[in-house]
Amino acid sequence: MSTVPSPILPGPAAPAPVAHELPHGVHPAPTSFWRKYIFSTDHKVIGKQYLFYSLFMLVIGGFLAGLVRWQLAWPGKPIAFMGKLMPEGMPNGQMLPEFYNSLFTMHATIMIFFAIMPILIGAFGNFVVPLQIGARDMAFPRLNLASFWVAVPAAVIIIWSFFVTGGAAQSGWTSYAPLSAIQPRGQTLWLLSLLVLGISSLLTAVNIITTTINMRAPGMTFFRLPLTVWALFITAILLLLALPVLSGAMIMLLFDRVLGTTFFLPAGLVVSGNALSNAGGGQALLWQHLFWFFGHPEVYIMILPAMGITSEVLPVFARKPIFGYRAMAYSIMGIAGLGWIVWGHHMFQSGMNPILGTTFMISTMVIAVPSAIKVFNWLGTLWGGNIKFTTAMLMALSFVSMFVIGGLSGIFMASTPVDVFIHDTYFIVGHIHYVLFGGSLFGAFAGLYFWYPKMFGRLMNDTWGKIHWFLTFVTFNFVFFPMHFLGMRGMQRRIYDYSQYAHLKGLQPMNQFMTISLFVLGAAQVILVLNFFLSLRRGKVAGPNPWRANTLEWQTSSPPPHENFDHDPTVYRGPYEYSAPERADDHWPQDEPPSGAAPTRAHAHG
Amino acid sequence: MRVLGALRTVAVALGASLLPALAGAIPFWLRLPPAESSFADEIDRIFRLILWITGVIFVIVEALLVFFLIRYRHREGRRARYTHGNNRVEVIWTIVPAVICVVLALLSRRVWAEIKQRMPEDAMQVEVTAEQFAWNIRYPGPDGKLGTPDDILTLNQLHFPVGQKVVVSLHSKDVIHSFFLPEFRVKQDAVPGMTTKVWFDAAHVGHWEIACAELCGLGHYRMKGFLTADSREDFDKWLAEQAAAGAPSPAATAPGGPAPTPAAAPANAAPPAPGVSPPADGKVSVPPADRTPAAPPAQEGKQTP
Repeated sequence: MSTVPSPILPGPAAPAPVAHELPHGVHPAPTSFWRKYIFSTDHKVIGKQYLFYSLFMLVIGGFLAGLVRWQLAWPGKPIAFMGKLMPEGMPNGQMLPEFYNSLFTMHATIMIFFAIMPILIGAFGNFVVPLQIGARDMAFPRLNLASFWVAVPAAVIIIWSFFVTGGAAQSGWTSYAPLSAIQPRGQTLWLLSLLVLGISSLLTAVNIITTTINMRAPGMTFFRLPLTVWALFITAILLLLALPVLSGAMIMLLFDRVLGTTFFLPAGLVVSGNALSNAGGGQALLWQHLFWFFGHPEVYIMILPAMGITSEVLPVFARKPIFGYRAMAYSIMGIAGLGWIVWGHHMFQSGMNPILGTTFMISTMVIAVPSAIKVFNWLGTLWGGNIKFTTAMLMALSFVSMFVIGGLSGIFMASTPVDVFIHDTYFIVGHIHYVLFGGSLFGAFAGLYFWYPKMFGRLMNDTWGKIHWFLTFVTFNFVFFPMHFLGMRGMQRRIYDYSQYAHLKGLQPMNQFMTISLFVLGAAQVILVLNFFLSLRRGKVAGPNPWRANTLEWQTSSPPPHENFDHDPTVYRGPYEYSAPERADDHWPQDEPPSGAAPTRAHAHG
Repeated sequence: MRVLGALRTVAVALGASLLPALAGAIPFWLRLPPAESSFADEIDRIFRLILWITGVIFVIVEALLVFFLIRYRHREGRRARYTHGNNRVEVIWTIVPAVICVVLALLSRRVWAEIKQRMPEDAMQVEVTAEQFAWNIRYPGPDGKLGTPDDILTLNQLHFPVGQKVVVSLHSKDVIHSFFLPEFRVKQDAVPGMTTKVWFDAAHVGHWEIACAELCGLGHYRMKGFLTADSREDFDKWLAEQAAAGAPSPAATAPGGPAPTPAAAPANAAPPAPGVSPPADGKVSVPPADRTPAAPPAQEGKQTP
């Protein structure tokens, strides 16, 4: 990358350009309501659209979790209003087992594909990447527009599937064949919805990769990229390579369901006493291999962006350079690389050759190392800092402390013999929630509190933010930590009624405690919703750089103008130059010219 | 920060559950279920070892985190330490976790091979064919061979003699199920179109349950079987009874049609499966609706690809 500034908009006093005078590559701001807010090609608008989309789906996913937990705490106790809303699945408000199966299937599907992925990649990826690299927009703004509007019908289909005959998909988010091949119609809609959503994700992935490679401002070398961009860049590569595998597998399953193919159906299947006439020649385990070949990179797709956000927030509020920038970037690449050779650890007990199990155990143990490197470097970042506890910082710190639990609990199931016992128990459910809620979602919350002022020009209320953080953090642990205990007792996941089993006797009080905690956790999110919407109008005006941060998005107004910068920024240094000894100021924007050099243009940083 | 402290207390409590001296004071939900098979203790040992290692790492990391947060909290006029890192510590904290993880993998490998890689030679052979939502058990008849007409069939009742190793060959008729014996630390998926094997034994007489651990449909939660370790004499007597009772093989019965929709049995009020304690006589006590009789599993069971 050249560090020589190549001014496109010359001079500090460039007048507001008129449309016909715009230089090459600069586009006039749209004026109509539809082009500005609905079918916008502006990455910032699309990022916000994804934000609202994912927060809406988060509420639905949370509601489904509430129903699942209700059944686990008070099995069979009716919920009157649900009897009216879902008379087929909950006649008189009493939950049927098949509806329970739908609930946990759809909870996971919605949370993973429609909430966590879009908030991290769609919302923050779109909003932050061009700003942080000093670009005017994504490389392919129209693809970006298409990507969001393809994600919308996917959400409509998945919600609609609750109301078709037989209800929504009920074979788990992993949809193991052959069960998923013989389920009612909701499963077909599940497949269609995720196939459509996959197109949307691929478009976003292509866009983020191209944007990061091609659109960086002068001086923004790869090793001056903020770690959020690093994380999202690598995530986009994972998405691009992993999703086609899932899509391929889902098309095969769809064909098995509707066209009579038998990719996953071995000969001799007898379902409920009736021989499945078309079955034969297929392999049940093939689905699992394909699904997890996608599915394990998918786990990192959901955690890497949150790691990036954490790496962004910690230095800003510790007022310190990130500890081991290169180690952080390389460990992202290490996780992404190793992520391709660990999928078999989901299949230790599946009938896969046990020798392969040993192989996958070793690769899985090794992938713990780059994660450990990241945690230690975050600790190193805090060491000797001057730490300010804003809400964003508290969320990022929660990410670190909770990800430690989620990472360490992963070692248990990486060990093949221990996995014999805890596989498919609540231990796994606890682990996944410490990674995806304690990790990804706390990371998303950190990003939300951190970039909200940049998105909307006003700050969220910090006191209410802290109350929200405190209640979320405490109740999160109350809901999910006991899952490890349930798993240690051998409580299987995905069972409608654990009172059937002798080894699960006496676990109801703990389940009730968890469910009540979940209700408090859910109620605490009302604080976030209110804070979010009230601050849009009443929040304190943020100014361009309320956190006194270095990265480029803070060197323009809040919210940034159409095409982001009133000048083309040139980058002179890395993103985390906080408290540099040669300066009185404890921050040092990436695009501030080195002292001595004549400033070539005005800066909007505050 | 108080919260992190509370969390640590929980972790310490968890660690304390391992101290035998305190065992009596530990609530049951902090303990693993009693270990019955001869390898269960080895699995539990690795579990505890990992619990100790991760517990220590957890306490150190969280304690450092809390300490840094208190020690380096914002003070007016103070400046943060300007450093970009240190290669030596990067190398240390890369190698130490790598060594720990590889050692854990090597320790695990041995136990894993013992449980899943090598089936014992001198074992009793039993065939279990899973279906929605029952376990069909098949014993070799007097000829000592599986898959012959004199095989003895039972439904959801798996008996075996104490001290005798049992190798179970797992099949499935329809979807994937998982043969889970919590107290024996046994879990193995039963996959249609494949044969999977797992073995176990018991040191004393007792009754336990077979659970299904892989989502297999709406009746997954009640797909329960019963496991009984008998003395050798009791087992022989029981098997003879089963052979007599099953003289006209249950396979002759027509299939029982689709499994019942539990719509008829709202919630858990009256689950159609039998109660927890297995019937003393070992007779099949599954309600008729649940009795999708065992078709001879020989054909679809043996198609290992």
